Amino acid sequence: MAEKKTTKPATKVSSTGKAETESSKIAGRIIKVSGPLIVADGMADVKMFDVVRVSSEGLIGEILELRGDRASIQVYEETGGIGVGDVVVSTEMPLSVELAPGMMGGIYDGIGRPLDIIREQTGDRISRGVNVPGVNREKKWEFKATKKVGDMVIVGDVIGVVQENEVVEHRIMVPQGCGGKITKISNGNFTIIDNVAEIQTDKGKVNIQMLQKWPVRIPRPIREKLPPSTPLLTGQRVIDTFFPIARGGVAAIPGPFGSGKTVVQHQIAKWSDAEIVVYIGCGERGNEMTDVLSEFPHLQDIRTGFPLMKRTILIANTSDMPVAAREASIYTGITIAEYFRDMGYNVAVMADSTSRWAEALREMSGRLEQLPGEEGYPAYLASRLADFYERAGMASILGSEERTGSVTAIGAVSPPGGDMSEPVSQATLRIVKVFWGLSSSLAYKRHFPAIDWLISYSLYADNMGEWYSKNIDKNFLNMRQMSIKIMQENANLEEIVRLVGVDSLSDSDRLLMETAKHIREDFLYQNAFSDIDSYTSPNKQFKILKTILDYHTLGTRAIANGKDFVRTQFPEIKEQIARFRDLEDKDLDKIDDIAKEIARKLS
Amino acid sequence: MQKSYKTIESVVGPLMLVRDVEGVTYNETVEIEQKNGETRHGKVLEVRDDTALVQLFASAQGLKISESKAKFLGRGLEFGVSPDIVGRFFDGMGRPRDNGPSIIPEKRMDINGTPLNPTARHYPSAFIQTGISTIDGLNTLVRGQKLPIFSMSGLPHARLATQIARQASVGDGEKFAVVFAAMGITNDEADFFIKEFERTGALAHSVVFINLASDPTLERIATPRMALTAAEYLAFELDMHVLVIMTDITLYAEALREVSAARKEVPGRRGYPGYLYTDLATLYERAGCIKGKKGTITQIPILTMPEDDKTHPIPDLTGYITEGQIALSRDLDKKALTPPVDILPSLSRLKDKGIGKGKTRHDHSDVLNQLFAAYATGKDAKELAQILGESALSPVDKLYAHFADEFEKKFINQGFYTNRTIIETLDLGWELLRILPRTELKRIRQSNLDEFYTVKEEVK
Repeated sequence: MAEKKTTKPATKVSSTGKAETESSKIAGRIIKVSGPLIVADGMADVKMFDVVRVSSEGLIGEILELRGDRASIQVYEETGGIGVGDVVVSTEMPLSVELAPGMMGGIYDGIGRPLDIIREQTGDRISRGVNVPGVNREKKWEFKATKKVGDMVIVGDVIGVVQENEVVEHRIMVPQGCGGKITKISNGNFTIIDNVAEIQTDKGKVNIQMLQKWPVRIPRPIREKLPPSTPLLTGQRVIDTFFPIARGGVAAIPGPFGSGKTVVQHQIAKWSDAEIVVYIGCGERGNEMTDVLSEFPHLQDIRTGFPLMKRTILIANTSDMPVAAREASIYTGITIAEYFRDMGYNVAVMADSTSRWAEALREMSGRLEQLPGEEGYPAYLASRLADFYERAGMASILGSEERTGSVTAIGAVSPPGGDMSEPVSQATLRIVKVFWGLSSSLAYKRHFPAIDWLISYSLYADNMGEWYSKNIDKNFLNMRQMSIKIMQENANLEEIVRLVGVDSLSDSDRLLMETAKHIREDFLYQNAFSDIDSYTSPNKQFKILKTILDYHTLGTRAIANGKDFVRTQFPEIKEQIARFRDLEDKDLDKIDDIAKEIARKLS
Repeated sequence: MQKSYKTIESVVGPLMLVRDVEGVTYNETVEIEQKNGETRHGKVLEVRDDTALVQLFASAQGLKISESKAKFLGRGLEFGVSPDIVGRFFDGMGRPRDNGPSIIPEKRMDINGTPLNPTARHYPSAFIQTGISTIDGLNTLVRGQKLPIFSMSGLPHARLATQIARQASVGDGEKFAVVFAAMGITNDEADFFIKEFERTGALAHSVVFINLASDPTLERIATPRMALTAAEYLAFELDMHVLVIMTDITLYAEALREVSAARKEVPGRRGYPGYLYTDLATLYERAGCIKGKKGTITQIPILTMPEDDKTHPIPDLTGYITEGQIALSRDLDKKALTPPVDILPSLSRLKDKGIGKGKTRHDHSDVLNQLFAAYATGKDAKELAQILGESALSPVDKLYAHFADEFEKKFINQGFYTNRTIIETLDLGWELLRILPRTELKRIRQSNLDEFYTVKEEVK
């Protein structure tokens, strides 16, 4: 139940690991409180973006501005009951996230605290000043060394592995500044804060633990960025075939409410062939996170056969949680994604929704009394968004071996009133290469995913041509081009029909409209809540589309040879085409049979 | 620790500045006492050095700053709860408004609530039968959902809300309560709700909070929070299924804008504060189910869209937070089709887990998708017919146009006092779908078509 503002959590949970520099001496006093922003003086010796603890309750905050000895601090927790004179202590550390075995399947708040542990300790409601380590420090993991004493290692090299669960092998890497010669390393069961190795560096011997910390606002280094050339397959027909995203690519899904942004994001989280999925619920509904939490442990990953939750990490800052932590949540998420990329994985990170993040930025900017830019958003909105999306990419990663990893970033955008001219949408569009524009008119017709084929685009399709011709069919890109063209021409024809009626169309135009209807209803429409239709393999996508397009080509030829439009239409076959999407992969021969029958009838 | 200050420096609009204060904290409650003993309430919006900026919950009319005292209570605004609140009327600040005895609170709860840990939530999936076809069949409501009604001025949203409250309350033998929060509505409208509750016996298990159009505007900011606090108590401590009806969110948001403007904050769209989304979220997100708790909170906020505009910030931001919406249509209302629910822009996000085998019927999801698609196509066809004449339609399109008409007449137009079971609703859906040839019903699985489409036809 709602707790009184004045009550404190019954017991302060002390961090079981390294003491969080509670001994620090830099302490100031609050002189102003305004919502999530506080101002404290006596803070001359702190650094920008250091984390501070506020009041005796120990609320977590971060320094945003320094003026003389005055620091403006954004507080990640509710500030009710905080007043002038309360103490502020610096931890002298930037906001960091803990990275170690034990993260998979977890749910974290915006600043990287595990919400399930918080619930165990403080109950159903989130209370303040909770201090729990990001990753369990007591659990022992079986560490298998992959290097031996005497080996020379550089930053990013994998020195050992931990099988975190059936799906994810957690690779322990040499942390920043610790390259050198291994002087000790051993197999065995360790906690994440035990020493697993010792490295002789230029500056002396360093003990290596499995736990790493990384400041969330700083991108983890890579060797170099590579051009994206492989698709991230999602099993969603409109995405994989029409508007594909590459591994390491960036995509935006803008759309008004009710157009299905979240369902698309969930579908990608479920079915994409990324090895790790980081899902950031940023200022969205609590029930959506609960949905993932209750559904993913029971859903099988089609590639591994194990529950999807084993490869998923959730970051949740729901819309009723403090607004300042919303700003941090996307950085926390992408830092975790980068960490797994550095192990050589392909990671997909989903942010739902970046508009809420931007609003959090706007709220803090307003309270800092900064000069507003467009619609009250700060002038640095676009550069912050670009910084975030730039952390995605296909990369050659650190380490002595040649390895690659990728972070694919997919951000939902919630434009007010569905009006894409607003600053967040516009700033996002300048950065992303894939645009899945959702339209409410499709949603009203319950055409899902409501990705509007007339406005969406993908700039990766051509880069990935080689992959498609090698792995699917050499004609695939041509087929894609042809389908998009048909849909475009169909839109023009619809205009004409609206003005002068369908009778005025030529037979070939009527055939085109029928084909477009097939593409729309039997290919692009996909039911996320149907067991079979929810995921479509690339092969099945290819076969369905090929049948529809071959039908079109044959029909066009027949009409050119003098056949009447009506006689190119076979209701029983059309009904069969509509059932393709419910075929299992083992029954795909049926599609070939229908294709043959069409060919027979039209030749 | 309570301190009184006679150092009120200024009162400007809804804001009051108090100087030389000590130990005042953010968001705490302030009591402003006048010489004649009258008290008003406020809350601290900002503290800076030794000054506190206070937002008043009442009008400043008649406030004499030289003789007033500001008392800082050291706690947030609270509502005293006890099982006795059921069946009672309160004003917008939670003071009894009827002539009943004063409530002896079992405990006092902070009205702002605290965020619910997402891991503690239980995903809402229990079907609620409202007896209204357009809701049960197409935009299914589930327990713990927040489903607003997007209305327009002059439409019968109040009658729809009471129909839901009346028809959803019966049947399952569990404890049920209605919490009603009126914010800035007229006396007539409030009266309608109360009469309706009284007539159907719902009043006996209702808690009513009323802030009328004539009551202080700023109280409205506290009213929904009072109501939700009562709802949380009833649901999570007394194991009741609580239905919260809040009307009108538009007027609530306007009160918020008034305070924001007085503080000279940088406005967002249409002058509403940039934090309107966050603020509304702290109301709406208080709906839900909690693991291990029997009670639930289902919210039906009502808002009237200014200028019938769905992209106005209030419906827009609401739509981004709530789990769908029931949209009313002026067009249907003019055609005297009641309740005038416009199904195309309406949506229930939680329906998929609340329907189907074991909950409603296994064909529900298919029927729902097909009805939507067919109605949308039918509407398009009718539009075409209007421009080009009926003869321009293809034979199939003519059937669709006919379907759309029948759908409005039979499925939507059930009246405010018809209570249909979900089975009746689904059967009616099939009856209408049979207007269309089987090949057009692409959204329905073969097995369901076999079971429902053909079989029934033979019976005829």
